[in-house]
Amino acid sequence: MGGNGIAQPAMIDAASLGRLMPMHLWISPSGHIRAAGPTIAKLCADGLAGRRFLEVFAVKKPRCTMTMRDFLALSGQRLEICLRDPPQTRWRGISVPLQDGQGVLVNLSFGIAAASAVREHALTHADFAPTDLTVELLYLTEVKAIVMGELAALNRRLQAAQADAEERALTDALTGLANRRALDLALVRVIAAARRGDHPFALMHVDLDFFKAVNDTLGHAAGDLVLAHAAGVLHSVVRVSDVVARVGGDEFVLLFHGLVDQNEINAIAARIIDQLERPVDYNGRPCRISASIGVTLSGFYQDLDPDRLLSDADTALYASKRGGRRRCTIHDPREANR
Amino acid sequence: MHGLINRSIQRFLHDTYGGDTWAQVAEDAGLCVQGFEALLSYDDALTEAVLAAASIRLAKPRDAVLEDLGIYLAHLEPLRRLLRFGGVDYPDFLQSLDELSHRARLAVPGLEMPEFTILPLGGGRFRLECRSEMAGFGAVATGILRAMADDYGALALIDAVASDGRCDTVSIELLEARFAAGRGFDLAARRGL
Repeated sequence: MGGNGIAQPAMIDAASLGRLMPMHLWISPSGHIRAAGPTIAKLCADGLAGRRFLEVFAVKKPRCTMTMRDFLALSGQRLEICLRDPPQTRWRGISVPLQDGQGVLVNLSFGIAAASAVREHALTHADFAPTDLTVELLYLTEVKAIVMGELAALNRRLQAAQADAEERALTDALTGLANRRALDLALVRVIAAARRGDHPFALMHVDLDFFKAVNDTLGHAAGDLVLAHAAGVLHSVVRVSDVVARVGGDEFVLLFHGLVDQNEINAIAARIIDQLERPVDYNGRPCRISASIGVTLSGFYQDLDPDRLLSDADTALYASKRGGRRRCTIHDPREANR
Repeated sequence: MHGLINRSIQRFLHDTYGGDTWAQVAEDAGLCVQGFEALLSYDDALTEAVLAAASIRLAKPRDAVLEDLGIYLAHLEPLRRLLRFGGVDYPDFLQSLDELSHRARLAVPGLEMPEFTILPLGGGRFRLECRSEMAGFGAVATGILRAMADDYGALALIDAVASDGRCDTVSIELLEARFAAGRGFDLAARRGL
């Protein structure tokens, strides 16, 4: 209301109003649509002018509205309305009364559902007022998808690199078996499980016999071949949950979960020795090796100590060596008391 | 320089001239062949080293390499779409270049882009000024503007005219805004795109 007395109401022609608010509706007091903005008209192929507003649109919020009288009472409030027919496009909006009993003016925008509305109705830049940020919302949606894609790709690469590094840190490169570090970790785990309850295990130390001779006479390539073969043999006698580790040049340690029967241990050891003794062909020349084995069992100890277990298995292994190789010795707990 | 820009240069060299050329450029620039990560940041000197190495390997002036980079970028569908959000037609798009660095920062906070200023000179002529710490964005813009003129179906003469190190200037003469049909653009990308 300026200083020159009575304010004149603004007058605007339909085309200008359409450019300013491409999704407006002018509704008469009787509830009929008198005019519609060009974008909303494009969305309703059957035409809007002359139809009853509440038959084309459903008012959902702030409350469901069935009569024009109720709708007029919502003037100035934030509205949520949708098309009654598919695709049931949703809008948010506001209605304001017009002067001189001309009804109400409703202005609509897509709000957060912009992308699906724009897609369903094939809208373009020209369907939006320059002040409308819907296009920027679509731009951001698309940018976000691209950046999220880059982030996901980066995460996948990092995850693969991490898995690769962990694998290498715990794996012997030549044989693919667990390495010394992995064995130490596994030993801590099985000892903790054994302490917690009824989870006994056997620790087997395998040392290849005559391996040095293969290396010296046929070279390191032959030695590597024999080691890979030995790894395959050891791997074949354990279950998935057991552990096979290469802990030195030609030394291996195996952890067997739940193995307590000494006859069974001797049978497994005999199978290992038998299979290792089958010659491996290297460029037409046979490589012959065997193995000496020492074993200790978790059940022998009141207090389980990883170093003690490894040392006792090693002592049993040397008993096998002294006894003529190609055999298995199980640690005798009474020896420790002598 | 942001990894996105470095990664763009890498992809351009790799896709246009092949993996071997990229590997050589990377080696000359003292970079591993995996190159840049899009979401990390790198020293500007490394970007310069890659551009210098590419210029020598391809036996092309640095600005010609950068102009080709601009053309390549505008042809990548996701980027073409983002550029098309700028305007309904080519003149509208030109007017939106002022907002390009703001749009880029909306997309990726921390992405340093040159400040673009578009000056309408009348008679369909415009001048684009690119202000940046690193020279050469004018050449990239020249390539992008040429490719986008084709995309919108506009006929325009675009030339990099001057550079004083901090500010590159590009001249644009729009002969016909709707010369050809141009390529399509739907505001809302189809699902799965």
